[in-house]
Amino acid sequence: MNAASIALTRPQLRVLLYEGNGSQAFTSAERAPILRSLLEKGYAVSSSRVGGALSAIGNGALLVLGRFSEEKPAQALADAGDVTVYFRDVNELDAAAIVELVDQVRDEFQIPQPGGWKPWFPVIDYDRCTNCMQCLSFCLFDVYSVSEDKKIKVQNQNNCKTDCPACSRVCPEVAILFPKYKQGPINGDEIDAEDLRREAMKVDISALLGGDIYAALRDRSAKAKSRFSKERDEDRALKERQRCLIKLQAQMDIPMEVLASLPSPDEIRAKAEIARARAEDALNANREGQQ
Amino acid sequence: MPNTPRILYCHCAYANVVPAEVKNQVLDALSASGVAFDAVPDLCEMSARRDPALQELAKGGAIKIAACYPRAVVWLFNAANAPLPENGIEILNMRVESAENVTSALLPDEAEEPGPATL
Repeated sequence: MNAASIALTRPQLRVLLYEGNGSQAFTSAERAPILRSLLEKGYAVSSSRVGGALSAIGNGALLVLGRFSEEKPAQALADAGDVTVYFRDVNELDAAAIVELVDQVRDEFQIPQPGGWKPWFPVIDYDRCTNCMQCLSFCLFDVYSVSEDKKIKVQNQNNCKTDCPACSRVCPEVAILFPKYKQGPINGDEIDAEDLRREAMKVDISALLGGDIYAALRDRSAKAKSRFSKERDEDRALKERQRCLIKLQAQMDIPMEVLASLPSPDEIRAKAEIARARAEDALNANREGQQ
Repeated sequence: MPNTPRILYCHCAYANVVPAEVKNQVLDALSASGVAFDAVPDLCEMSARRDPALQELAKGGAIKIAACYPRAVVWLFNAANAPLPENGIEILNMRVESAENVTSALLPDEAEEPGPATL
């Protein structure tokens, strides 16, 4: 499934593995594989016990699975009326058959299929964010936007390029997280002095390049093009471009697929100017608000 | 049982950032205990969808969350318009903690085999 197909706030199916009055208990050896199989398939599942506390369900669908001793209605409405409850008896069924049964219920009642994609998008730590708008200026894929109160926000997370943490690399406050990233502090790990020093160095490097790494790339590309056009050496031009991309990829851990999918230089220039203007507007509004 | 913290387990199903042996051992221990718990396939995915279930999880009182880095979990909830309260939250990091440490923090000493529940 493509990340672009993710719909926000779609109704979900929650599964309740019910053991208690009127339903025979599962053994531990049975319970764990059932839960794991459902989770791997993308279903949220709750396991009930006496005296234990579970989170409420506000809306959507709840599928109650049990080894019921009495017949249950196939479907019912919860008291609030916003939750449809389904009951299914899973006597004699193993984990695989239970997952199949849940899939059938999902299909039968046209509940969207869960999950299926790697959730990769930036998460802002607003305790650290200073609203400098560098991420907004930097991202070429319109992931960031500005809220009505002129604060940076993640607007189009589906636009984010899987495994690309580049915007977090330009954040001077280490305020952008990618929880699925391999290394700290981008993955949410605590930030130490060394991290801050390293991040500051990266910003300094960016500043040395003119404050805009894409502009630096364009300049470098243009210079290379000019030089190579004189030399009429396309192989050298290609090698230079590859060296530049490899260096960028290594410095910022940007996947090559993302670099390969960058817009054309003209589009980059146009997007960067629009983003910079929006960031500047927001910064000006914030400055005026502080005065 | 308002004084009993709820338990939320995240299976981190869509990436291999939580060691499989840790999350599976924690899930096995929860399954074998006498404690009720909620399990979700992937908190990141729920946050991306701004799943309303996160609001129910956030506003239901004390909760222990077995997932990943606390800073990531806090801001994932926040990104879904479901900020966690400042008190009564304990986040256990399965990316770096052992399964034993996570399990002992999640489960009260008196956890027993499942007893009857009411529906």
